[in-house]
Amino acid sequence: MQETYLVELKNITKRFPGVTANDKVNFNVRKGEIHVLLGENGSGKSTLMSILSGLYRPDEGEIIVRGIKMVFRSPRNAISAGIGMVHQHFKLIDSFSVAENVILGDDRTAPVLNIKDVENNLAQLSARYGLDINPSSMVWQLSVGEKQRVEIVKMLYRGSQVLILDEPTAVLTPQEADKLFRNLREMAGTGRGIVVITHKLNEVMEIADRVTVLRRGKAVATLERGQFNRTDLAWLMVGQDVVLQNKKKSPPGQRKVLELKGVGCLNDLGRNCLQDVSFTVHQGEIFGIAGVAGNGQRELAEVIAGLRRATEGSIIVNGTDITGFSPRRVIDHGVALVPEDRLGTGLIPNMGAVDNLVLKDYRRREMSRGPFLNRRKAYEKVKQLVNRFEIKLSSLDAPVKLMSGGNLQRLLLAREITSNPKLLIAVYPVRGLDIKATEAVHNLLLEQRERGMAILLISEDLEEIFKLSDRIGVLCGGRITGIIPSEMTDIEEIGLLMMGGTGEMVL
Amino acid sequence: MILPGYVIEKRLTPSSTAYVIIPILSIILALAAGAIFLELSGRNCFEIYSRMFSGAFGSRYGLSETVVKAIPLTLTGIGVALAFRMQLWNIGGEGQLYMGAFAATWVALTFPGGSGWWVLPTMVLLGMLAGGLWALIPAIPRAIWGVNEIITTLMLNYVAIFWVDYLVFGPWKDPNGFNFPMTAQFSPGAILPALGNSRIHAGLFFGLALTVIFYLIIYHTRWGYEIRVTGENPNSAHYAGMNSKRNIMLVMFFSGAICGLAGMSEVAGIAGRLQQGLSPGYGFTAIIIAWLSRLNPFAIVIVAFLFAGLQVGGYIVQTSGIPSSMVTMLQGLLLFFVLGGELLTNYTIKRMPANPSGDDMR
Repeated sequence: MQETYLVELKNITKRFPGVTANDKVNFNVRKGEIHVLLGENGSGKSTLMSILSGLYRPDEGEIIVRGIKMVFRSPRNAISAGIGMVHQHFKLIDSFSVAENVILGDDRTAPVLNIKDVENNLAQLSARYGLDINPSSMVWQLSVGEKQRVEIVKMLYRGSQVLILDEPTAVLTPQEADKLFRNLREMAGTGRGIVVITHKLNEVMEIADRVTVLRRGKAVATLERGQFNRTDLAWLMVGQDVVLQNKKKSPPGQRKVLELKGVGCLNDLGRNCLQDVSFTVHQGEIFGIAGVAGNGQRELAEVIAGLRRATEGSIIVNGTDITGFSPRRVIDHGVALVPEDRLGTGLIPNMGAVDNLVLKDYRRREMSRGPFLNRRKAYEKVKQLVNRFEIKLSSLDAPVKLMSGGNLQRLLLAREITSNPKLLIAVYPVRGLDIKATEAVHNLLLEQRERGMAILLISEDLEEIFKLSDRIGVLCGGRITGIIPSEMTDIEEIGLLMMGGTGEMVL
Repeated sequence: MILPGYVIEKRLTPSSTAYVIIPILSIILALAAGAIFLELSGRNCFEIYSRMFSGAFGSRYGLSETVVKAIPLTLTGIGVALAFRMQLWNIGGEGQLYMGAFAATWVALTFPGGSGWWVLPTMVLLGMLAGGLWALIPAIPRAIWGVNEIITTLMLNYVAIFWVDYLVFGPWKDPNGFNFPMTAQFSPGAILPALGNSRIHAGLFFGLALTVIFYLIIYHTRWGYEIRVTGENPNSAHYAGMNSKRNIMLVMFFSGAICGLAGMSEVAGIAGRLQQGLSPGYGFTAIIIAWLSRLNPFAIVIVAFLFAGLQVGGYIVQTSGIPSSMVTMLQGLLLFFVLGGELLTNYTIKRMPANPSGDDMR
């Protein structure tokens, strides 16, 4: 007899203009298993799960829930069929309590609200799975890990039998991730099916009962625990062997390029978000900033680049105090920034490659004739950069928003690197890039290091930090909780510092 | 979702035939919608439309009147488009036009015998300066504190219009003008030269020259590049070290200055005096024109010409008892349909598959 799955996707195809995000994908979830959906960014994992959770409709294929064929018109349909998704970006209302968030949009809620009942139910539910949350606390008071638990409880409360988590560990410290995995195991133990979307191999090895690998929209393999190992999975994901190590050659120089002394600043809400931040970056050195996202990383980059005002302390670049300089003067002092938000800040989505590549040097003499832009010079430069950095373009004038993430990042790096800065600040430089593009970006950064550039690398990916950095500074709650040479530490110690511990406590 | 079972999806690359066909279809549909109202009011819509068309474009006189109306529409269209390029919503073109007319008139009235070569250039300069300063008033709080310029520019329109009203009803009223709200006639030295014996004046040259200048500045200068970048993505502009505050003030100043020039050329080219109701809302129509042209300067000239034709055609049919508000309504319908049609250029409507088990789901 054919096995009845909790949910089964058959021959799912989803096309977006220009790409086939899912191509005849088969995927199923059994009772009580943790099924990992593995693939690089852009391989179609999120699209597939968005189809399962009712956010998108497939162009072809069937969704079968416990043997019954269904069509989801909205996430509401999927939720009532027992399928719940926890998105990477949480959908919670900060000014509501946990219980209020949980019942929001749930049509079983009685017209006369008895929030105490809901809170009691939630308290029982969370206790059963070891998800410690307080149903009456306000969401804005919660940490990222707690918010994630609220999202999970919300889905359990609505009776989800299949729980999908999209890159759940991206915002967690290693310790919080371990706790999450224990919780997930307990939920699977009660007969639910858990789907975890990830691109991290170590997570697959740790929790997967089964794994399905997606590559360019196709399901290339579904393997049971015991049938897979890291190398196989990496090979399946990428479709070719990956060179994992690139070694730094020369030691960093002695000359200080960037020096921060007790720097503080406010965030967009006007609250203190950096406090007493001090460190130095030397010539030819990559200084990594590790930390859970949202602990002041973006603000740190902006304060150095002059985009945000420092409320205390001083920032010194090459011996000049640049505190309080306008962004333009900071650029002129040799500071380049690859911002976190590629299309929102670093590039102009509706403009072509030429207009984007001259963003930083359009006012230089070699790019202008009097008040006019020298278009011919700009085109020459762009053609040169496109070749040197292997940027794939349909045309030099087509809007860059049509380019892939990897190419966008190359374009951005090409512009910032060729402005010959003394200091390059790279914020999450490989976020959303696939393995090949990541390698390309890392090699570019290492090349600049060899040429003597000082690089401040801000990343949430500890593997990346360890691979590239000479020294690692940990940012937690807007303070530097430790600075350690990368060969003298390990992921565990950095993880503790990320949670606010100090170096001494590790002993 | 627009209708149950249908969804709107974005097209990645708008089809090139859609770019041409959709606006034409939209115009036809707008005329058809207008025809419903014409028929309801008991008139033959074909007759009205054909009389409007031949009135505006069919005769030498009609064509020259259309060009006369196209001049201020082009100038104000270019003026507001400059600000729109930087996502500054200058709704104050009308007021800036009035202030330009006011300053130009001041020159003409202060030097009544002035027939020197310098009179007209001074009127141009002061007219532009006044329009520019009028636009700078809302630009400064916008640049420094982020005060919404839509409201401030809109309100300043009425200040300018009533200021001119005050002058023509009061201190500047022509003592020999039979009590009409208008100033004395300018001396010949303060009147723009006309083309042959038509009413088409040198303002046409201002309009065409500014169209080319607008194009050169926006697409070929470093400053234009800053304007485009700031308009597309203010974050990028800040990140690239562009001085947005300075640019907001400069762009608004020049935007107002061009509208001011429109006012100057109206008083010095058409009326030869300042009068009440100088503009039938050119500065407002300019907003529609700038949008329909997608802020492209050459398209602005063409669209301004068509809108001028619509107005002239409207005047012509008014003689047969069609209310002038009918023309305003047609303008509104055109904007409505063309902008609505734009949705179809960039999006496509798709039918969703039926749901076999949808009904028993909650």
